[in-house]
Parts: sequence; C-alpha cells; structure tokens
Amino acid sequence: MSKTRVNDFTIKVGNVNGTGSASANALLMKIIFRMGVPVVGKNIFPSNIQGLPTWYEIRVTEKGYRGRSGDIDIMIAMNPDSYKRDLEELSPGGILLYDETWPRPHFLTRSDITVIGVPLARMCNSAFKVARSRILMKNVAYVGAVAALLGLDLDILHTLLREIFAAKPKLIDLNLQAVALGYDYVKEHYPNASTFKVEARDLTKDKVMIDGNTAAGLGCVYGGATFGAWYPITPSTSLMDAFVKYCKDLRIHPETGKHKYCIIQAEDELAAAGMIIGAAWDGARCFTPTSGPGISLMSEFIGFAYYAEIPMVLFNIQRTGPSTGMPTRTQQCDIQLCATASHGDTMHILLFPADPGECFDMAVNALDLAERFQTPVFVLSDIDIGMNDWMVDELQWDDSYIPDRGKVLSSEDLKSVDKFHRYLDVDGDHIPYRTIPGTDPKGAYFTRGSGHNKFGGYTEDGAEYKEVVDRLKAKWKASADKLPAPIVRRAKQATKSGIISLGSCDGAVIEARDRLGADGVYLNYMRVRGFPFAQEVEDFIAEHDQVFVIEQNRDAQLLGLLLSETNTPREKLIPLLHYSGEPLDYKFVRGALSEALNLRKSA
Amino acid sequence: MTSFVEPFIRRKNEPTNDLGLVRADYDGAMSTLCAGCGHDSVTATMARAFFELSIEPHKAVKVSGIGCSSKTTAYFLRESHGINTVHGRMPSVATGAIAANHELAYIGVSGDGDSLSIGLGQFVHAMRRNVNMLYMLENNGVYGLTKGQFSAAADIGSTAKKGAVNELPPIDPVSLALSVGATFVARGFSGDRDQLLPLIKAGLKHKGFGLIDVISPCVRFNDHKGSTKSYAHAYKYYNPAIHADYVPPSTQIKAAYEAGEVMPVKLHDGGEIRLRKLENGYDPRDRAAAIGKLFESGQSSEIITGLLYINEDHKDMHDMARMEDRPLNQIPYSELNPGAAKLKELQKGFR
Repeated sequence: MSKTRVNDFTIKVGNVNGTGSASANALLMKIIFRMGVPVVGKNIFPSNIQGLPTWYEIRVTEKGYRGRSGDIDIMIAMNPDSYKRDLEELSPGGILLYDETWPRPHFLTRSDITVIGVPLARMCNSAFKVARSRILMKNVAYVGAVAALLGLDLDILHTLLREIFAAKPKLIDLNLQAVALGYDYVKEHYPNASTFKVEARDLTKDKVMIDGNTAAGLGCVYGGATFGAWYPITPSTSLMDAFVKYCKDLRIHPETGKHKYCIIQAEDELAAAGMIIGAAWDGARCFTPTSGPGISLMSEFIGFAYYAEIPMVLFNIQRTGPSTGMPTRTQQCDIQLCATASHGDTMHILLFPADPGECFDMAVNALDLAERFQTPVFVLSDIDIGMNDWMVDELQWDDSYIPDRGKVLSSEDLKSVDKFHRYLDVDGDHIPYRTIPGTDPKGAYFTRGSGHNKFGGYTEDGAEYKEVVDRLKAKWKASADKLPAPIVRRAKQATKSGIISLGSCDGAVIEARDRLGADGVYLNYMRVRGFPFAQEVEDFIAEHDQVFVIEQNRDAQLLGLLLSETNTPREKLIPLLHYSGEPLDYKFVRGALSEALNLRKSA
Repeated sequence: MTSFVEPFIRRKNEPTNDLGLVRADYDGAMSTLCAGCGHDSVTATMARAFFELSIEPHKAVKVSGIGCSSKTTAYFLRESHGINTVHGRMPSVATGAIAANHELAYIGVSGDGDSLSIGLGQFVHAMRRNVNMLYMLENNGVYGLTKGQFSAAADIGSTAKKGAVNELPPIDPVSLALSVGATFVARGFSGDRDQLLPLIKAGLKHKGFGLIDVISPCVRFNDHKGSTKSYAHAYKYYNPAIHADYVPPSTQIKAAYEAGEVMPVKLHDGGEIRLRKLENGYDPRDRAAAIGKLFESGQSSEIITGLLYINEDHKDMHDMARMEDRPLNQIPYSELNPGAAKLKELQKGFR
C-alpha cells in the first residue's frame, strides 16, 4: 500500500442533476471545512433542471490553494451515464467509489486504482419507503461512505445535519440513518482501503464559505443600494436572490412591514437597464445583475448612460459565449464587450474581482465609482466565482464608511450657484455637477443622448460636441487610480519574466507560479483589478522582457486591452488562454508557462 | 445649432395660479417641430394643465423616448427635469425614476412609433405594473423624423403620402391598455383642447398608470386625403363620448353639478374626477363595457374620445412593492447600513 496522503487530494462526484446531489456535496465540503482544513469546491453542472450529468469537485488543500488541482484522486461515480468518462479521469493510485447495487465489471479494467463498491441503492431501498427519499438518501449515504474512507469527524457531520434540517426535524433522523448506512458499510467491508485522509487542523478560523453572487448581493445591501432591476439569466440570478433575501431580512420595517427597497423583475434586460438608469438619474443607488447576453441587450442604454453621464452599476457574471453558448460554464469572455459596450466612442470602468470577498468589496466600490464618475461601472465576475462556494477571509465592514454620492448639488448648494450647467467642468477634474429631480427650480436641466454642449443644450456643432466627448475620455482616464489597485507578487529572485492575469485565474496562477518557483523558474505576477489600467500596469510590463497574459477566453481580450491602452510592443505579451468552460487549474497554467518559456528560450 | 430660447415676456394683469406663477412659467424651449404640428398644441395643453393644477415646475418630471413627440418634452416646463431617453424605452426609465421618488408628477411623452413598435413591450409592462404616471401617446400614424413610413397605428386602407396603402391591422393603444390593466385610459384629439385639458389634469391626478392616446396629425407626412390620421378625418369621425373634469379637494363643495349627469370618481388626493356622459349608457368604470364600445366604434370608423376607463381602486407600483412613503432617494444611509456587527452575525451561516 502506498503512503497516506493527508489533506491534499481532490474528490470528484459524478451525479445526475436534480437528485439532491448539490446538498450532499455541500455537506461533504462543510465537514472538511469545519475540521479546520481548507477546501475548494467547483460545481460543473449542466444547463438543465433534472436528469443530465453533473459533477462536483472538492479539493482538500492544506496549503490553502484556491484553484483546481487538475487531478482526481477519489471519484464517486453515481451516474451510469458518465461512468466511462469518470473512470478514465481518475489518477493512478486513486479510489473509485460506485453504487454496487448493479455490477460494473468494466470498473475492474484498471489495475492502478482501488475500486470500492457500496450497494447504496439497495441499502436505501430497503431502509426508506418513499421513492423520492430513496433517491435523495442515496446521496447522503455516499457522504457517510466518504466520511468512513477519509476519517471525517462524525460529530461534525451530525451537527451539520441538525443545523441544516433545524426547521424540518423529521428529516434529521432520516439523514442520520442514511449517513450511517454508507459509513457502516465502508467501515465493515473496506476498513483500510483509503490512503487519503483528512486530519483536523486549525486553518479555517476566521474564514467563511461563500459564493461570489451572495457576497455581491450582500455588498449591494451594505453599499446602500435601494433599487435593483434585473431579468433572470444564469448565472447571475443568485446575485439578485441574495439581494432580495438580505433586503427582506434587514430592510423591512418590523411593525409597518414597509420596505426600504424596491426590486423589479423586468420584462427583459433592456428594461432592467432603463430602470436602473431612471432610478440612478432620480438619485437612488441601484444596480443590475446579468450575464453576457444581457450586456448585449443593454448596450444601447449603456451608451446613453455614458454620454448623458448617469451612474450605472452592472454585474456581469460571465458565462461562455457566443450566443447562448454554454450557459453554465465559466469564462472571462466579455472583457472587451464591457470595456467598450455600445455604439460610438464609449469607454467604461471595469472591476475584476478574484473571489467572493472581492465581490463584496467591489460591489461597494462600484456603487461609489458609478456615482463619483457618473458613468457605467461593470463588475466582471464569472460562474466560477459567482456560483461556487469559496473559502475566503470573513467579510469585513468598516462602520465609518460613508457612501461617495459624487458631485450632486442640493437645493442649499444651488443657492450659491449663479446658473447651473449640467456638463460644465467647474473643478477641472473632468466631472461635472449633477442635480436630482425635484430638488430646486434652479437645478432643472434636460438630459439627452443626442448631441449636447457643455452647458447641456442641444448641439450639432462639431467643436461643441468634441469638447464634451473629449472631457468624457479624460474623465474615464482619471478614474484609473481610483480603482482597486493591481496586486503584485514578486519572485524570490529578480526576473525579466512576468505574468499578468485577472479574476478567477488567480488561484491557479499563484499555485503554478509557486510550483515553478520551487523548480527554480521565477516569475513576477501582477493581477489587474480595474480598467482603465493604472500606470503601474504599464510600468510592470516595461520592467520585463516578456509578460505572459493568462486569461479565460479564446481571443486574448485582456491582452488586447493592454496593447491598446499601454505603449507595449506586441511581441512582448504572450497569451496563455484557457477557454474550455471549466474553471482554470494550476496544471494547465504551469504547463502553458513551461512550454512558452522553453519556446522563448529556444527561439 | 443650439435650441431656441423662447422669449419670456410678463404681461400686466396676467392670471396667476395658487403658486403665483403665470402660464408662461410653464413654458420651455421653442419648438422645432413643423408649423401646424398637432404636437405643439398638445405641448401647450400639457403646460396649461400643470399651470392650472398649480404644480411647482420642479416637482414635475418629463420623460420621453425618441421621435417628434418625444422631442416635445424640451418645449414645456423649463424648470422641470426632463430626460429624452432611448427609442421605445422611456417606460423603463420612468419606472426606475418613479421607484426612486414617487412624490413627483411624472409625465411621459411618446408617439405611436416609439410606443407601438420598438417600445411595445415596455409600454405594456409599465401599464401592467400600474406605474404612477401620465403617458401621453401623440398618435399620428406615421414616422415623422424618418420622413413618412407607416407606424403600427396606421389603419387598414390608410394611404401614405406617396400613395402606398397600409394593409396591416393597426395596434390600438387604447384597447391594448384596457387589456393589460391600465387604470386610466383616455383618447383625445389635438384639435379639441377643451376636452384634452381636463383629461390631462385628471390623468396627472390619477394614482396609477394613465394613458391618453391623442390623435395628433402630422401636417408634413400624414395630413392628406386618404389618411385616417388627418385633421379632416379626425374632425369627421370624432365622437366625444365622456367628458372628464378634475375637481381639486379644496373646491369640491363649491362646485355644483346636476345629479345623474355626472358620475364622480374619488381620487387618492381627496379630489375627484367628474364624468359627464355625452353618450347615453356609457359608464367608464365598467372595463368590459369600455372594451365592447371600443370594438363597436372601430367597426364604424368612429373615433371615440374622452375618458374611456377609470379605476381608482387598483394599487400602483409603489403600493404593490410595499415601499414606505418616504422616497427611496431620501432614506439616509444610516438606515440602510446593517453595520459590522450584523455582518459578523450573519456570516455564522457561512461556516
């Protein structure tokens, strides 16, 4: 028997969607998390409600890496439709656990793995009467089986079940029984089968398990948004679900039942965009969550908000395109779409969170920036960040925070103004003052998407038009150093090779870089967090001979922006692209970097 | 080219409203529409309605889409905020604005092109939500700014200026409004200011979505023989069925009316709308009857006008969303921030 691997392996569950597998997997992950051991969960699911293959990866990583490993060490094969693929994917030395109710002789074709058969269906069929619970409990039973294999803490498992079903106590016993079925069977029949073990640590204190959409929805509550409009689209829907939940919990008057918020499910994304423009124009903090197709539909309005200078906050939880694409698979494919969304010359502010913690913080940033710069601001998350549970530092809130409502003139302010002009750059910072409807007769102005001069009047005069659009460009550029700054990790030794990446690539990039570093290959790493790019980005590129740009799309969209917005020779930037729709893993990054470095050397 | 500023001339002994303002205080920039355009007359009537209701100009908000009619929001109420949005999308912007602050008087100005083709979806959904606004649909059956294409409001058989005959059935905004839940549905004619003015006042005071479909001929592209949206055609088939007057709360007792002739409808602000039946047996509080009457009049080419339907009992968007009375844009952040301690507490669920 090979040596034991403690707290460093990946479990993958192949299942059928709609069978309660998500809850079972979340449970499994939570047990490990509560044992103090860092975990990473990646849900790879179909665009379907019931009956199609779905997978869930749980990486146990004592070192706290946040990307996928690229290996599967334990495969829990619950779906006959994907048995073949699941078997092939398992790494040598791995364990395959399957439902032995039906014999699967082909599992024995691999001699380099351990096969564990547990008669899950048979046991559940004899233990439970109701057909639906037989299906659901089969999944809970494998949690028991895995608990036995890995040496998970049963007390924690039992506590979690009691917490989860606190409102439905009848289900507690049922679930405990199902856990025991799997657990006891493995203990009895495979007492020492697993070389993979989880050992309790103290590494998850002050950490939480949260998905990016929940964190962003919560961020909108803390940022003081009172209005949200949206049209349902995977994978952004759960962001609004979270906002609704926290508004219900926190924003309803206990006695009157009156709401301090308004959420509208619009008739389409066009209307959702129009609604938040109307609400922002009328002085409410607001946002809309959507995904790529929604941005396409909103584009006309985005240009209007840009030109008429109306704050607008959009969360784009990116999914693969083009067209409907693969709606439940992840990508960073809307970077350029969002950077220039709409017709005409438009440039927008983009924020790139890398994890749910940043989704929370950047939701607040976006609300501030949109009002400060009176312009659309995009938070570019993706399915991986938005819909997977990540282990992050507990979210923090600074009670001294005051929202930046930007340059808004009150009735009092207007008293000292001779005449109010909506688009006049009074302070020389490229940002004009605005007024909110209903404030004061002196503050009235007419908002239009048609040509207007700096006073706000209609114009078709070329010079007057240019004056305004040139200021808009300058305003956009001036936002660069007000955005979340890039994060730089320096190599242990001086190097002329660098990496630029963003968002959900971060975990895999950090791990690949660590491992290359251990082999004596050194790379500096900058993660950009905002667009327009801060000066540091250009400086970082300038100090290296070659910069690898790692991103999750086919067309090197971040690289394209780096070229167009900095003075960088084309050949200096080397694209490393991952766009299969599955979350990035370190092996891909390490492989691509090694290959590219070798190629450059031999060239 | 900048917009023309209309000269502001104060005359002696000019009538003032309750705020001490004169009618000219409700004007805007000079219209750039064609001479004789029906829309200019509607604009003047809207301005007069705000003046007579003594609404402070800065407490009014004008919203519009794109098209000749949508341009007119610049031509009245210069001391109001106005927003000329995107083609066909005014209803969503209005919806958001009204969600943010329901205390202002919102008037939307649109046309048949803006509302019935590109903007049909938003138009219908704003009515479903019973957004508290008055929506003026200035209907001329034609695209004016792009020079004379049929709109979806063109009747079968109506001809274009260059002779083409429309064969597609029209979308009637009034029937549409009745079927999707608008709570104040009227039709007027830019050529009958006496009827239109009280309709606008009543519509502004109604709580919920008010639609006034105003036949407003396009003198440049759709006022010829053969057009069913010409002045001549409108005058010929015009039937003012129900006259509506708005009576403000304070003057109710003074105003007298003959029983039987007038059907009063109580409004949320304490005032009332008094309906005068010009057509026997017509009750605008009866939705089914209104739909029947419309269908009937359509058969005979008659243009039935007036307040065709009113329902003051339906909740508006604000009430349906259970928002508190104070507008969202006036709630201080201190009441919106749950605080650091709460954040810590609610994260216990994430462990």
